Amino acid sequence: MRSIPFLMTIVLLISSSVLIGCKDNTNDKGGTPSATAEAESDASSNRGQAFIDDDSENPNALRLAMDSEDHTTLVAAVEAAGVENALVNVGPLTVFAPTNAAFDKLPDGTVEDLLKPENKSKLAYILTNHVAPSNYPISMLEKNLKKGRTLYMASGENVEVSQEGDDIIVGGAKIIGTVKVSNGWVHVVEDVILPKK
Amino acid sequence: MKNIFKIAILGVLGLFIQSCGNGGSSDQKSGAISGNAAERVYVAPGEHDEFYAFLSGGYSGNLTVYGLPSGRMLKEIPVFSQFPTNGYGYSEETVPMLNTSFGFVPWGDAHHPDISQTNGELDGRWVFINENNTPRIARISLEYFETEEIIEIPHSAGNHSSSFVTENTEYVVAGTRFSVPYPQEDMAIDEMKGNFKGPLTFIAVGDDGRMKIDFQLKMPGFNYDLAHPGRGDSHGWFFFTTYNTEEAHTMQEVNASQNDKDFIAAVNWKKIQEYVQNGGGEEIDAEYAHNVFDHSTQTATTTMENKVLTVDPREVEGAVFFMPTPKSPHGCDVDPSGEYIVGNGKLSTDLTVHSFSKMITAIENEDYEGDAYDIPILNFDSTLAGTVKEGGLGPLHTEFDGKGNAYTTFFISSEVVKWKLGTWEVLDRQPSYYSVGHNMIPGGNSRKPFGKYMVSLNKITKDRYLPTGPELEHSAQLYDISGEKMELLSDFPTHGEPHYAAGIPADKIKSKSRKIYRLDENEHEYAATNESETKMVRDGKDVHVYMTTVRSHFSPDNLEGIKVGDKVYFHVTNLEQDFDVPHGFAMIGANTSELLIMPGQTKTITWEPKKVGVWPFYCTDFCSALHQEMQGYVRVSGQNSNVPLKWTLDDEEIN
Repeated sequence: MRSIPFLMTIVLLISSSVLIGCKDNTNDKGGTPSATAEAESDASSNRGQAFIDDDSENPNALRLAMDSEDHTTLVAAVEAAGVENALVNVGPLTVFAPTNAAFDKLPDGTVEDLLKPENKSKLAYILTNHVAPSNYPISMLEKNLKKGRTLYMASGENVEVSQEGDDIIVGGAKIIGTVKVSNGWVHVVEDVILPKK
Repeated sequence: MKNIFKIAILGVLGLFIQSCGNGGSSDQKSGAISGNAAERVYVAPGEHDEFYAFLSGGYSGNLTVYGLPSGRMLKEIPVFSQFPTNGYGYSEETVPMLNTSFGFVPWGDAHHPDISQTNGELDGRWVFINENNTPRIARISLEYFETEEIIEIPHSAGNHSSSFVTENTEYVVAGTRFSVPYPQEDMAIDEMKGNFKGPLTFIAVGDDGRMKIDFQLKMPGFNYDLAHPGRGDSHGWFFFTTYNTEEAHTMQEVNASQNDKDFIAAVNWKKIQEYVQNGGGEEIDAEYAHNVFDHSTQTATTTMENKVLTVDPREVEGAVFFMPTPKSPHGCDVDPSGEYIVGNGKLSTDLTVHSFSKMITAIENEDYEGDAYDIPILNFDSTLAGTVKEGGLGPLHTEFDGKGNAYTTFFISSEVVKWKLGTWEVLDRQPSYYSVGHNMIPGGNSRKPFGKYMVSLNKITKDRYLPTGPELEHSAQLYDISGEKMELLSDFPTHGEPHYAAGIPADKIKSKSRKIYRLDENEHEYAATNESETKMVRDGKDVHVYMTTVRSHFSPDNLEGIKVGDKVYFHVTNLEQDFDVPHGFAMIGANTSELLIMPGQTKTITWEPKKVGVWPFYCTDFCSALHQEMQGYVRVSGQNSNVPLKWTLDDEEIN
């Protein structure tokens, strides 16, 4: 098992304690379940799809980001916004993953501010503006350009795709790398795709 | 019968009364559910069961997989019956699995699953199961949980005393319940006696699991009911219960109960194996199908065989003996040591237990009380080890816990009874709800039982669950047998009519279970392993569509040039390589079924369009967030149209 960020562990601990609490009701068919049967369940499937070893040759989008040194800010943001499951489900999805440098380009204090609990929904909105349902390899993005199709993001916004020389630009952010993942595609971008709203 | 149910109902009432308000003590007798029963069968969300249980589906023709102790059904594996759920028996690849010498048979009656063994212990490689109606034996892989092979048993009828494996899976054995002319011929039914035969078929199993009929033993025309192999010292022998030694051909319910004793046939298969290896036996004509599913081509093929080696038991010195056993014995069960052979006389209250070592002595001393068709009948008293007295009414089957105890089911008195090997004393009895047939302890018919749980597989359901009209699923009950007394823990419905079952600790197989089919190992003739290989090919009236699926589209998704009267073969390859990302394929008006295609798999379904128009197909499995978008169209033109074949994705022609 790869390292699980501390924050996520906390989330998991909290959710498992809720599970235990729920089972403390008595059974009207006679007999009280004793505490020993209470699931101190460390079953891997209770920890979410991200942790299932699925024999796939490719990691899913979240695993990929978690393993990348250039995406620690993104991973922290995903955890703070609680949108991990959006990145590990069956998809298909295409993630535009801003690098740490991309977040650094934002005005001072912006990231710190977004990571505050009271800004959780705002942060989630920004992050889902980086996820497009369906598979969009570069060839498909080029086709979108040719056919004049915009890119529908999970935030609900439609984002423009454009081209400058050989570079593909999505919502103003240039793609600088592409990885196939088990549940779709990840394009590394050098800017944060700021929502219109 | 009525009284029995009254008693059973009283038992149920008593059980509720006892369990209300006693919260926790667990030492009551007679069916009390102890206070912590719920906890002991509870498997927390995300946790796995401790045992796999494979329950025969009876007249469903299939095998169901359950987890124990939870009683949760995990899967239904299609074996002898068409299964539209995933296309088994409908897809071009799997139709050959159901071929027989009688043609394509879409249904079967599955009875007795048995897990392969090494040194008498469960090894978890395969499950074998017999088909009773059109005699066949199937082998199911425990890596894929799929049927890999089915072999038909020629000259047999009512393939009931099957499919039990020897200690090292040298053989899987199939005996005939209904004796028949051997080989079949046109003759008067009332001339049965002496003319019909009861062949016992020994099917050799290779290291790769492949089955091949080694020989058939041409036995007298009795009904061979159940069987189990010897183990330990008795390894090399096989034991079969018989009934209807009267050889009655009509009204058996009366005429087959005239003899006080029938027989357990003891067969020294090692001797016969040696005999046939040295050229013994006679090759006779036979007609039977041998169907094998190849995982690399993902396709089954049928080979029709036309010869079988038959052995007259009288020709092999010291190979076959009869042990008299009272009252039409049903179950034939051998204890883990191999010393005791239990005959469950179904019209008796007693169980007859034979001793293997006494049997050997009696054979050495030629201690015979007569013969049946020149096969020696051993003296009853000489092989008898003991009798379990007054166990109950209507004993059927016995399993073992590996701790010196046996557990016998009683159909008429509707109970399971625990008794002690060697002393034959009854130790405990618990009601079953209702009228139990087989019972199953994981490994309970091997050298090494896992004596923690026992499942009773019951024939009558009545009021056990919420009513669902006249037709009910059968019930099963789970007992904890780890203590001195059996404890009823839970009750769950099953599917079809489970006869026997086989259980195994989950750890022995779960890590070997496959997650995907590897695309780079896919050698299917019509596979398209990437979208650029997808195409349409016309061959007269046949149109082959090489199609792929991936989240969340088909390639191609628009097809033109198909005409009324064509036969369209949709060869669909699922390009996914992630765990549990199947896609389905369904075509409007197809007279076949859907396909459910697992990652890396190719399956084929046919469609014969009858009407002009534009007809949709779609993915039937909610595969992904864009599942509802996963569809396509087939344009069907008139028989004489000139519309060319055209296949596209995103309006672009492929390759």
